[in-house]
Amino acid sequence: MNLIGFLSRFEDAGDHEAVLTRFYRETLRIRLVEEEIAKRYADQEMRCPVHLSVGQEASAVGVCQALSHDDQAFSTHRCHAHYLAKGGDLKAMLAEIYGKAAGCVGGRGGSMHLMDLDAGLQASVPIVGSSIALATGFGLAEKRNQSGNIAVAFFGDACVEEGIFHESANFAALAKLPVLYVCENNLYSVYTPLSQRQPDRPLTDVAKAHNMAVWHGDGNDVLAAYEISCQAVRHVRQGNGPALIVLDTYRWREHCGPNFDNHIGYRTEDEFEHWRKLCPLSRLEQALDIDGRVDSTKRKAIAKTLMEEINGAFEAAKSAPLPKLEDAGRYVFAE
Amino acid sequence: MSLPSDKMAPASNERVISFQQAVNEALDISVARDPNVLLMGEGINDPSSFWGTTKGIAERHGSQSVLEIPVAENGMVGVAIGAAMAGLRPVVNFQRVEFALLAIEQIFNNAAKAHYSSNGAHRVPIVIRLVIGRGWGQGPGHSQALETTFAHIPGLKVIMPTFAADAKGMLISAIEDDNPVIVLEHRWLYNLVDNVPVGHYRSPLDGAKVVRSGTDITLVCTAYNTIEALSAAETLSQAGCNAEVIDLRVLNPLNLEKVIESVKKTGRLITVDTGWVTYGVGAEVVAGVIEHAFAYLKVAPTRMGMPNHPTPSSRGLIPGFYPDTVSIVAEVGRSIGMSCEKIEELKLQLQAARGNLPIDVPDPSFKGPF
Repeated sequence: MNLIGFLSRFEDAGDHEAVLTRFYRETLRIRLVEEEIAKRYADQEMRCPVHLSVGQEASAVGVCQALSHDDQAFSTHRCHAHYLAKGGDLKAMLAEIYGKAAGCVGGRGGSMHLMDLDAGLQASVPIVGSSIALATGFGLAEKRNQSGNIAVAFFGDACVEEGIFHESANFAALAKLPVLYVCENNLYSVYTPLSQRQPDRPLTDVAKAHNMAVWHGDGNDVLAAYEISCQAVRHVRQGNGPALIVLDTYRWREHCGPNFDNHIGYRTEDEFEHWRKLCPLSRLEQALDIDGRVDSTKRKAIAKTLMEEINGAFEAAKSAPLPKLEDAGRYVFAE
Repeated sequence: MSLPSDKMAPASNERVISFQQAVNEALDISVARDPNVLLMGEGINDPSSFWGTTKGIAERHGSQSVLEIPVAENGMVGVAIGAAMAGLRPVVNFQRVEFALLAIEQIFNNAAKAHYSSNGAHRVPIVIRLVIGRGWGQGPGHSQALETTFAHIPGLKVIMPTFAADAKGMLISAIEDDNPVIVLEHRWLYNLVDNVPVGHYRSPLDGAKVVRSGTDITLVCTAYNTIEALSAAETLSQAGCNAEVIDLRVLNPLNLEKVIESVKKTGRLITVDTGWVTYGVGAEVVAGVIEHAFAYLKVAPTRMGMPNHPTPSSRGLIPGFYPDTVSIVAEVGRSIGMSCEKIEELKLQLQAARGNLPIDVPDPSFKGPF
């Protein structure tokens, strides 16, 4: 990992430890939240499907750290990492997964529909590809309003099979919209590998079809993901049209649910081990050890503080009340 | 066709214009009043100007008021929905309802449900204008109505204006509504003229209108069928049957108050749909009437509409496919117990009056004002 190159983006040497701490904490926080969901799922108090981001934390953090607060993001069913990395409220997220009134959408959507307008996560839409057009529409509005903000669509590798991706990219390129398309390639769509879904060509090639700028990088290297994102974000914010970032990563646990499923036959334990060794957190920890400032003692303290926050948020979610039944029919139409 | 003489003369702020001109005025006024209103469509500003409905708007209000969209209906409706969530007020225009089929996921999921699944945080003030084709051999893929498909979805408003004043006022209301609204415009209504107020006004999207009062039978119609039903009512009145014609106007949210009130008075109901009879608008109307006015029914309700097959192109295959004045008269006759001879007499009279008029173009005597 290119820590020196990364730090050169931050002028003040005094900031460097704070920046490294921030990147580590953001990445670790997602890992700890997701693993705690996995641990507690068997309690059957989180009664909705969960699509965990374990293993994919770095791409979310790398991209979101390159965004400004007012940039607006969209995600999919696998939205937990994007929600947290964009600054979404943890208590509201867990309350939502627990189906409580204090949930970020009042218990109406569950894990697949997380949003936090204060953090700039506009919506998570589970139908594959659906949110890409919404993000593009936001880009259209931002351009008309000359806000200087960009719209970001997070999605997986299967989305470039969906027509709506190409329809959105075609229009965004034509209209030079400030949209950043972030494709997290984790090699699988549920159990089906990429090789059975797309012809043998790099995912980045689809950007050429739409005359769109493209960057490709290691999604498990949070610093590289950040560097690429900075470049792409600058390109988009300067009015050059949309950009596509393809980040390579890997989903550790099953598509939907808390368990590991490397034994059921669609992928091998060896393949999983290969990617586990490329863990975004361990690699960052190794780089931090070499740098020396955010050492293992500091990191343990960070983890301890995070677990206090996370456990508190779980307890709050568990004890929060369910939504009122009489509200089930509300908000069909806006008044 | 002349209509009941109790029609009022135009008010001082009204003049006679066509449905198509009325739509153009609604769009023009809406764009002028709110810079967030954005007309989107394939060929939105081309020489055809969407059968004249978008004519002159870009010239008068600037090119930023219209947006030509690539031929990508799913993506572009999604873009419009995203833009609506961000504060714009897009009016998407498709020249056939069928084009919206490519965007059904966006419409049913994102447009209709965003307000609900965001716990009220998101609004989707989008209008989607869709034209129902008919005639001139349009065929299976250019003649559907699909109104119940859209109306079935909670959170999606669906309106079908019939008369020019509603074409303008309901469209203005739709554009000013913070909810997604599907506007189904029937192609054969475009040239019909009527008294339409000048300037800005809203026709609330609140439900049905009684367009002809009567005592003997209730005819509930959508769009073009309202005109056929009015024509049928005139023939029937000469035969001593006084029909009440109701223009349903708003399919979602469905308000059957006026229909139920009417059936309590007449005891008889015929629904005349633009879509297929099976699972059509009539099915919902009849169910509602049975639930709320069962004791008042003198005879079982009847549903009219397209038979259960796609629309063929050839004029040789179209006779009897659409409800018309003749078939409505016959159906009413059966409902009120008119003798077969009398029904035949009325049918022959109507057919003679119609002469050799081709059946794949609108009846030229249906012009208005109404």
